[in-house]
Amino acid sequence: MAAAAAVYSLYIINKSGGLIFYKDYGSAGRMDTNDSLRLASLWHSMHAISQQLSPVPSCSGIELLQADTFDLHCFQSLTGTKFFVVCEPGTQHMEGLLKHIYELYTDFVLKNPFYEMEMPIRCELFDINLAQAVQKDRVALLGR
Amino acid sequence: MIGVGKMKLYSNVLDRPLSKGKQEVSLSAFAFLFSEMVQYNQTQVDNIAELERRLEDAGYAVGARVLELLCHREKGNRRETRLLGILSFVHSTVWKVLFGKVADSLEKGTEHEDEYMISEKELLVNRFISIPKDMGTFNCGAFVAGIVRGVLDNAGFPAVVTAHFVPVEGQQRPRTTILIKFAEEVLRREARLG
Repeated sequence: MAAAAAVYSLYIINKSGGLIFYKDYGSAGRMDTNDSLRLASLWHSMHAISQQLSPVPSCSGIELLQADTFDLHCFQSLTGTKFFVVCEPGTQHMEGLLKHIYELYTDFVLKNPFYEMEMPIRCELFDINLAQAVQKDRVALLGR
Repeated sequence: MIGVGKMKLYSNVLDRPLSKGKQEVSLSAFAFLFSEMVQYNQTQVDNIAELERRLEDAGYAVGARVLELLCHREKGNRRETRLLGILSFVHSTVWKVLFGKVADSLEKGTEHEDEYMISEKELLVNRFISIPKDMGTFNCGAFVAGIVRGVLDNAGFPAVVTAHFVPVEGQQRPRTTILIKFAEEVLRREARLG
């Protein structure tokens, strides 16, 4: 396995489907801003439709999408903010990473008086701690 | 009520002992309250200097009360009268009660005789706060600077106290320094006391 990142990219979308955070971790298919915005709102709609289509009552939407070339793990918080990572197929512990990212979001974004709700996230402390989290995750993966 | 057997209920608030009670409050609860305070004050001002001043004023009220309480609780109704005494009181006693730890360092300014600095690697109030680039050198530590000014002023050591970010080599995040500049009269009195 090459030293390529197991996590390809991370998205955070607000409850109305707007992309408020996007981070690329060196995936092959790099996207420009427009593409990432489009993908975010597309995922938002698909997620909503999946809730309606599910035969199981009170379904919370897609949690994992598996494709030939990538896995997409999604976590939705109680307030409707969605966190999702695109990663290498078969990558483990992504639920844990998403929960951790949610924790960082509640700490360094929501407790920051200069952050406006539902707006794009520009918080230095969030970036620093996120980088550490993804790094740690990468180390855990390489150590296996 | 849990633990009601041990607690004596006082009908008059003045009869209640000034015991330490439960020492800690939730950091999250504090962080949200502080965040709201900053946001509210932001809506009331036109510029950053004004915001800094309002935060400092809020801290001043806390400082005045903290001094009163701690002199009674920790010092047997005595207060420090010497410069170094009051500084170490702020650096250790006040810091420990408010933030659960002694401040990282207390230094004398190198350039001026009347300047002292209390430094913190990570100030508790700044734990979750990222200052946007367009706000320049603004530091929410202004609130803590206000607390320090409140303590000093009410103890008879009028001073100008400000909070600054100071970059540290090899560290991603700057530390916060609380700069204390004492009034002339304080130094004159101190010299007289010898």
